[in-house]
Amino acid sequence: MTYTPHKPPIAESPEELRRRIPGWGVDLDPRDRPSVPKLQFQEDFTGAHWEFPERQPEKYPRERSVEHGMLTPVFGTAQPLSGVSGAIRRHAYRYAEGRMAHWLLLVLGDRVDAWEHHLKSLLTLRPDNPITETGVKAEFTHHGLRSRVGQHRTDLKHQVLDPVIVGGPWIAAAGAAYVGARSMARSLARVGSDGRRPVH
Amino acid sequence: MRAMAYRGPYKVRVEEKQRPRIEHPNDAIVRVQLAAICGSDLHLYHGLMPDTRIGHTFGHEFIGVVDEVGSSVQDLRVGDRVMVPFNVFCGTCWYCARGLYSNCHNVNPNATAVGGIYGYSHTTGGYDGGQAEFVRVPFADVGPSRIPDWMADEDAVLLTDMTATGYFGAQLGDIVQGDVVLVFGAGPVGLVAARSAWLMGAGRVIVIDHLDHRLEKARTFAHAETYNFTEYGDIVLEMKKATDWLGADVAIDCVGAEADGDFVQHVTSAKLKLQGGSPVALNWAIDSVRKGATISVMGAYGPLFSAVKFGDAMNKGLTFHTNQCPVKRQWPRLFEHVRNGYLKPSELVTHRVPLEDIAEGYHVFSAKLDGCIKPLVVPTAA
Repeated sequence: MTYTPHKPPIAESPEELRRRIPGWGVDLDPRDRPSVPKLQFQEDFTGAHWEFPERQPEKYPRERSVEHGMLTPVFGTAQPLSGVSGAIRRHAYRYAEGRMAHWLLLVLGDRVDAWEHHLKSLLTLRPDNPITETGVKAEFTHHGLRSRVGQHRTDLKHQVLDPVIVGGPWIAAAGAAYVGARSMARSLARVGSDGRRPVH
Repeated sequence: MRAMAYRGPYKVRVEEKQRPRIEHPNDAIVRVQLAAICGSDLHLYHGLMPDTRIGHTFGHEFIGVVDEVGSSVQDLRVGDRVMVPFNVFCGTCWYCARGLYSNCHNVNPNATAVGGIYGYSHTTGGYDGGQAEFVRVPFADVGPSRIPDWMADEDAVLLTDMTATGYFGAQLGDIVQGDVVLVFGAGPVGLVAARSAWLMGAGRVIVIDHLDHRLEKARTFAHAETYNFTEYGDIVLEMKKATDWLGADVAIDCVGAEADGDFVQHVTSAKLKLQGGSPVALNWAIDSVRKGATISVMGAYGPLFSAVKFGDAMNKGLTFHTNQCPVKRQWPRLFEHVRNGYLKPSELVTHRVPLEDIAEGYHVFSAKLDGCIKPLVVPTAA
């Protein structure tokens, strides 16, 4: 036991384990495992036929970490920076990865990006639809209730926050739009009723 | 082409997008036949990963058929059926030359702390992923492998991340014969890590989670002892009792950023995004192991700080081994294990979701409905 020199014994012997579990011990030798040794030079380069790869053309100014000495020879081209979120993210890339500002600005850029796209989508034939895009239909087709009731699920305590995270900003935006429209209507009515600037 | 597109936290849809183009002479375009949703995709889906852009296509587990190759591609041919590791890697940078493909320095301009990953935000390079009909695969001569004739598609797709990562996680535990191994999280990676621990000679394997259907799978697939932490006042204390007060020799964290078990830790990280991830499982691992033990971290965390109990880790003399899995390095041995029946990843598949229903697929996986363990995605044209 713990308070004496020897380790607590294992209930099953290696032979018993080998009988019960197919493949028990086939990777027993720690030196004969695929990730060992670490940091050993690999002669074959896994199929690469270059020492430094040819460079991918940079068709627009590609943002990069200031901790890189150069733009990497290959990079993703999905969703280039654009709009206000693009400006925020571009600013974020002025800070090194060790700086909190780098990551917090990227998170801010993510939220602004979402709103930019939500608003843009309202001008299209396919506006964002929080009902279909959250997939909540699955609650009715994939046993939403049965998957929760009577289970020992600790995540149920905070799952109630998910609709708030998804719907909260939409409700807040609708509320702000309503309050703004109402105050504008009131101020227009006030201006119209004092007789100086009639409103037609 | 049809592709999944991120529309903000908890929202995805299928959109018509441009088919990807050859951007580099060693690119290939792969027509996806089968993809998967990974637990780490949920971190993106929940808005936890910085620089996840609207319109981004997720998906780093996929297999398919080569549809087009760039001018310098020598090995692959149009029509080849390939499995693609989740790592984008060049094969020859300082890291790749030493087998650390997941740390490749030539593919991710956005960050130096992480390599390139398909469909995993711009923080990992800005590559659209495989939950789509087509995907761009850089360094086609380096990453993809032809799928062996004898291998089932569902096994192949799950070797591109989940199986390799679980197996790698067990290796990073430096398990020796007779070790007591604790696995936190009975998701797909945890289940494979638990099963792999036996291959490395573990004497006991204990899996901890709060979902009964996953713990049941831990018993049948991974032959493990299981503990539902909600049934105990203090799971750390329970692990001390279960190990005759010594603590486990090895712990493997297969939970990561959205760990449950502590309301404040979970909400401040997964909901309010004030931490890089909820360190509940990691802290339980630190507290549950014996002094001088090894902790392998396979759970994914974000780049911000997390409230990890590092003082206890130091005082106990713990060794931490961490990394994203260099998938291709695992494949030759894993192919043997699959062929010999020691690992059968497709046994973990619970749902097959048409690409057009991807929003429901994400919701089922995220809300843990319907006994979901591993959902696959079947593209429209497959």
